[in-house]
Amino acid sequence: MAYVLLRHRDIPDIDRIDVYKKNGGFEAFEKAVAAMQPGEVTEVVKASGLRGRGGAGFPTGMKWAFMDKNNWPHYVVANADESEPGTFKDREIMERNPFQFLEGVAIASYAVGANAAYVYLRGEFWQVARFLDEKIAEMEKAGFLGDKLFGTEYSLRIYTHLGAGAYICGEETALLESMEGKRGQPRVRPPFPPSYGLYGKPTVVNNVETLANVPFIVANGADAYRKYGTEKSPGVKVFSLSGNVNKPGNYELPLGATFRELIFEHGGGIPDGRKIKAIMPAGASSSLIIANDKALDTPMDYESVPDVGAQLGSASVIVVDDSVDMDWLINKTIEFFKHESCGKCTPCREGTYWMAHLTERIHSGEATMQDVDLLNDVARQIQGKTLCALGEFSTMAVVTAIERFPEDFEKRLASGDKHG
Amino acid sequence: MSLAEKYPQEVKEIFAKYPPEQKRSAVMPLLYLAQREEGYVTKEAMQDIADLIEIGVTEVAAIIGFYTLYHDEKAGKYRMQVCTDLPCALRGADEFLANLCDNLGIQVGETTPDGLVTLEEVKCLAGCDKAPMFQLQSGEGIEYHENMTVDKTLELIEALHKGDKEVS
Ligand SMILES: Cc1cc2nc3c(=O)[nH]c(=O)nc-3n(C[C@H](O)[C@H](O)[C@H](O)COP(=O)(O)O)c2cc1C
Ligand code: SF4
Ligand code: FES
Repeated sequence: MAYVLLRHRDIPDIDRIDVYKKNGGFEAFEKAVAAMQPGEVTEVVKASGLRGRGGAGFPTGMKWAFMDKNNWPHYVVANADESEPGTFKDREIMERNPFQFLEGVAIASYAVGANAAYVYLRGEFWQVARFLDEKIAEMEKAGFLGDKLFGTEYSLRIYTHLGAGAYICGEETALLESMEGKRGQPRVRPPFPPSYGLYGKPTVVNNVETLANVPFIVANGADAYRKYGTEKSPGVKVFSLSGNVNKPGNYELPLGATFRELIFEHGGGIPDGRKIKAIMPAGASSSLIIANDKALDTPMDYESVPDVGAQLGSASVIVVDDSVDMDWLINKTIEFFKHESCGKCTPCREGTYWMAHLTERIHSGEATMQDVDLLNDVARQIQGKTLCALGEFSTMAVVTAIERFPEDFEKRLASGDKHG
Repeated sequence: MSLAEKYPQEVKEIFAKYPPEQKRSAVMPLLYLAQREEGYVTKEAMQDIADLIEIGVTEVAAIIGFYTLYHDEKAGKYRMQVCTDLPCALRGADEFLANLCDNLGIQVGETTPDGLVTLEEVKCLAGCDKAPMFQLQSGEGIEYHENMTVDKTLELIEALHKGDKEVS
């Protein structure tokens, strides 16, 4: 099967503009601008069933249609913050197939009537940003960006903007605050970005991978895209596979492929003859799934993953083998969230701090069962009380580790207090 | 010399990216520019930036404090930022960092005696399939080094030491 997103694996020098053009590049953008109304473009994307690949799975066409048409100018912002532990797909798309992503940004901009688009990259992607700057300049030179595109009145410019190391800036409203030159802390919603976004103007924020799908959809139509994936989760997805697996990396598969296919067929299984113990399908923000046969045979799509007690999220699949203890694992994830909490709301700021204190204590073998119960309580009290989803994310692994792998905690308790 | 006097072209290009009435958006790229020479933002540069975008200097300082890639203190010429987040840790990143510390004779947070490398521990860098990995941050930018071993890292440090290698 030919790749839809990771096309550089079929065509290695597709990062050259002439090669990209020879392989159908910018035809979709030209078709949109020269032959379609903006609303028609949005309709095709709606019909394709494309859902956001940044984690929430929100229907992309619907988001575009929400843009407030009584307030101008409009902006498009590509979310290239990619900071969820275990996620490294947007980076490969931008580094190896940059024009397809940029063409997606361009088509989205046309569809919502934006004349300026920004790519917000995490600060660590310094070299990626430089590379994209070069590619943007090449597009301008070739007449795919600038004024009066394809002989029409439509004009568009794309700019990169580098963040500076803050996971929270992946949250779309924190990202917008950051772009405005403030500390990256989430806004109270509603209003959502399509009515109040960058500089208070209607803004579409889409993930890099989401946008990279758009040229294919516009070029080939919604039905062609729906040939991949499932009815409710159409299309392909890039799964970032990491952790205790022989061949970690990105794998483009149709949505609905099973965990078993990804981990064992493509990822080569578990190293050193060990057994798979748990799966985190959405990076460090994920619930821990017990990796039994039922879980392994579960299709990786937005509807099925909840059946085994987790979410598909960004589809960053972290594999955990049977040498790993869950008290260690949640100590790692909590350390991450404590570090990344932006501090704006108390339950998250204090809660992650408190959880970190407890996971550290439990992992060091000094805790009692009461500490484990307390940890569980603290996590549950954070849920539903935070301004953005980070607070909630921080509790997922904790709560499911205690619930699904209780033996790991019993083992670690201070001796003589196994049943505390 | 002020930032705008030192880098007139760069400052102009930065402001050109944003609508003219949204000067404040330039604060992040300006901070990177300010870090170019010393690897951290000096008090004077903070004031320059505050003046350029017409906000208070304490606000600039708050932004530096919020983001991990801005620094208000001098460190080694290179910050070697090793990822020990969960996916990397599952592939031996903690052992890698411990070995590296032993070999360099410094702890995390410390700088090699020649002032070349400050060792730091960081969260996921989107290179989890290529662990152990780290980035090198200098005033000039950030460079990734992936699928590393302690030996390869020591060689890299040696090359940096000799000046055979520059980070872009
Ligand atoms: C804490 C947090 C971190 C996030 N990080 C990212 C990220 O790195 N990249 C991303 O595309 N979306 C991220 N999101 C989701 C965005 O808020 C937003 O839903 C997404 O960019 C929308 O694009 P999509 O509809 O194309 O997925 C994050 C959300 C939260 C709450
Ligand atoms: S939940 Fe956490 S990260 Fe989100 S706004 Fe509150 S403090 Fe900030
Ligand atoms: S966990 Fe180290 S790069 Fe992702």
